[in-house]
Amino acid sequence: MTRDERPLSVVPALVWGVLMVALAGQIAWRTLQAPPAPQAEDLPPTPSTQALRLAGFGEPNALARVMMLYLQAFDSGSTNTQPYRRLDYGRLIGWLDAILALDPRSEYPLFTASRIYAEVQDTAKSRAMLEFIYREFFVDPDHRWQPLANAALLAKHRLHDLPLARRYAAAIDRYTRSPDVPLWARQMQIFILEDMNELEAARIMLGGLLASGQIKDPAEARFLAQRLKDLEGRMERAPHR
Amino acid sequence: MPAAILARLALIEARRGGLGWLALLALVLGVALAGFLSQLALTESRMLQAAVVAALLRVAAVFLIAGQVVASVRREIDDKRLELSLSLPFSRSTQYLARLGGFVALGALLAALFALPSLLWAQPLAVLCWAISLACELALVAAAALFFAMTLAQLVPALAATVALYLLARSIGAMQAMAAGPLAPDNLLQELARYALSAVALLLPSLDRITRTDWLLYGAPDGASFLSGIAGALLYAVLLAAAGVFDFQRRTA
Repeated sequence: MTRDERPLSVVPALVWGVLMVALAGQIAWRTLQAPPAPQAEDLPPTPSTQALRLAGFGEPNALARVMMLYLQAFDSGSTNTQPYRRLDYGRLIGWLDAILALDPRSEYPLFTASRIYAEVQDTAKSRAMLEFIYREFFVDPDHRWQPLANAALLAKHRLHDLPLARRYAAAIDRYTRSPDVPLWARQMQIFILEDMNELEAARIMLGGLLASGQIKDPAEARFLAQRLKDLEGRMERAPHR
Repeated sequence: MPAAILARLALIEARRGGLGWLALLALVLGVALAGFLSQLALTESRMLQAAVVAALLRVAAVFLIAGQVVASVRREIDDKRLELSLSLPFSRSTQYLARLGGFVALGALLAALFALPSLLWAQPLAVLCWAISLACELALVAAAALFFAMTLAQLVPALAATVALYLLARSIGAMQAMAAGPLAPDNLLQELARYALSAVALLLPSLDRITRTDWLLYGAPDGASFLSGIAGALLYAVLLAAAGVFDFQRRTA
């Protein structure tokens, strides 16, 4: 793969100059045009699942995961003190729904739904996301109980809606059949009713997940550990009730 | 076997043309990009890497093999080397199929190389199925590229036709699903379009059923679906090879 070439010194100075100026111009132009972090209002309407399948050229699994990275970039800028709160949750749920349709076995959409989008400080949006998780749980209860278990905790501790939390916990008990679903998850109704705070409940849940080997992905383990740490900090700062 | 010399020439030309370095570069870039994306993932980071690497390398392998076949054959024709080789004591069928054999072997080597990184994230059996399937897919692409390079007079139309056939074959299933979906209008025109699409689908391989990324994510496919998928791809490669030999027999020079 070699070719005969004349030395660099034979290239006229003018050509060198134009090349360097053009390269510098390109870099300067792109620096000025650095894309801003995607804002909440930039989230486009959900494309149809069929259109996404067409765009994926037979690679729905890869497309689903790349779309999740795309989706989680909206309204998540580092200067954003309340990320995701300004998102249009109707559209957001549509996107998560479409991604789940592309790869129903992926846990990513419901993981973000329960661990990120449902935790926003907006009761209506949080409820909408919890209902989405509850609805999707019935498609495959044995593999989608974890997001619903977290949804039950959120319903109790964030929304202070005990009947809703019990409904979610009861669904896990009633509809899961796999032996892989741990006993504590089936008996969630009990510790929903117990008088424990959010941190204790989260510790039990996360400890149970880690002990049972349900969390295998290192990124997920890191994320959940950080969440637990954040929760501990928040509980320490909060006035004791 | 003298015809094997022609097949070997295809491999030597690919090596001397730097295809191996290009393949390695694609592999490194694919793994690096997937590694970067996995850092952004909150969960399923390994699955994301496996899926992205597999999808990227599949496309890269197809592009490399199609480009190599079309460029090699067009150069052979333009340099009048094809005329020279026609004077050799081989039948035209042998000459055509020997060339194709070389390109198929090249595709198998690429498939083996591009399957290696998946061993980091997926079960060996699933990776083996994926690699065999990719080799069959590349055999089909090589057959298509050879056919179009021989029958179309220029490089760009030949490459465009190969890529168009490949993309259409990968998306025809989704198109059929869209045409038959509940949102499609129920009128005569739509009905005709649906039949036309079904007719086109009969002439295409279903590439969306082979070399599936979900094998790497969720486990190896069942034997029946795997074999039926690669049998379909090989059958189409045979069809393209037969069409190519048919056209090559009629070629004046």
